[in-house]
Amino acid sequence: MHIMEGYLPIGWCIFWAVLSAPFVIYGIWKMTKMIQEDRRVLPLMAVCGAFVFILSALKIPSVTGSCSHPTGTGLSAAFFGPFVTSVLGTIVLLFQALLLAHGGLTTLGANVFSMAIAGPFIAWLVFVGLRKTGKVGIGLAVFITAAVANLVTYTVTSLQLALVFPVEGSVLSAFIAFACIFAVTQIPLAIIEGIICGLVAKYIVRVKPEILKKLGIIQDEEIAKIQGEAV
Amino acid sequence: MNKSHLEILVGILVIILLVVATLAFVPSGAEGEEGWGGADGGAAEMIDETGYTPWFESIWAPPSGEIESLFFCIQTAIGAIIIGYFFGYWNASAKAKKGKKEEE
Repeated sequence: MHIMEGYLPIGWCIFWAVLSAPFVIYGIWKMTKMIQEDRRVLPLMAVCGAFVFILSALKIPSVTGSCSHPTGTGLSAAFFGPFVTSVLGTIVLLFQALLLAHGGLTTLGANVFSMAIAGPFIAWLVFVGLRKTGKVGIGLAVFITAAVANLVTYTVTSLQLALVFPVEGSVLSAFIAFACIFAVTQIPLAIIEGIICGLVAKYIVRVKPEILKKLGIIQDEEIAKIQGEAV
Repeated sequence: MNKSHLEILVGILVIILLVVATLAFVPSGAEGEEGWGGADGGAAEMIDETGYTPWFESIWAPPSGEIESLFFCIQTAIGAIIIGYFFGYWNASAKAKKGKKEEE
């Protein structure tokens, strides 16, 4: 999903950067406010950020014969919402742009928009919707959330590239071509990422449910049920 | 073995099977070409074919594949240390809390 350095014309670089900046700035503000209110959310935030670090560094082979990596933003999108996630994602993308020549400074805005904003935002809506029904357990809900965050991220990247590089004047056929490279590769990875995040979410409920309860993610009844499974 | 252990085991097995099956059954790369390249690079190639030349180069790039993998390892290590630390801490404090209740 990383658009390489210099692969977007300068106008688009500015466009995506301007679009992304408010999300990240609001995210930083929200993050500091949450930490000031209750310092106990800090460890969970660090763990969510760490997940983005790990998962976005793992390159996994996929059905299209190429390798790609998960985004890892699903966990944090489910627990903290899209704004805090946008900050965590931006940190990782900066690290990769500066030290790994993976992505780039000029394309940072576009990459932040796809991985740290669009993906987590839609995934978070899905998570909230699923939990509202009251029928979907936390493990399954996080599984779906992580998979959605992953797939949406790569779909948005395909769209971003298609807008700039239409094939024979058609944005749609360019979108399909890029989506074949990105989105199809991503389907098995989305499943893998979903499994990891779902299991991790359940583990956190088992050992440290207080924070999640405070964030309004889970109620006592479900905590007791999940903890009962471990006995 | 309780249900939670079983869940984790099944999860890991599914992941391993997915990766192994992919490597075993999916053909990759035409003859003389290196298989299992990155999808990011694939998109860049497609753009290169349109005749576009990137207008900006990375200000610093890892000088070799080894150095690149060094930084990827550092990235994962940072994440793994944080997760391991807090999971261990939470796990132990949950156990300590449970032990206290049983004593009472």
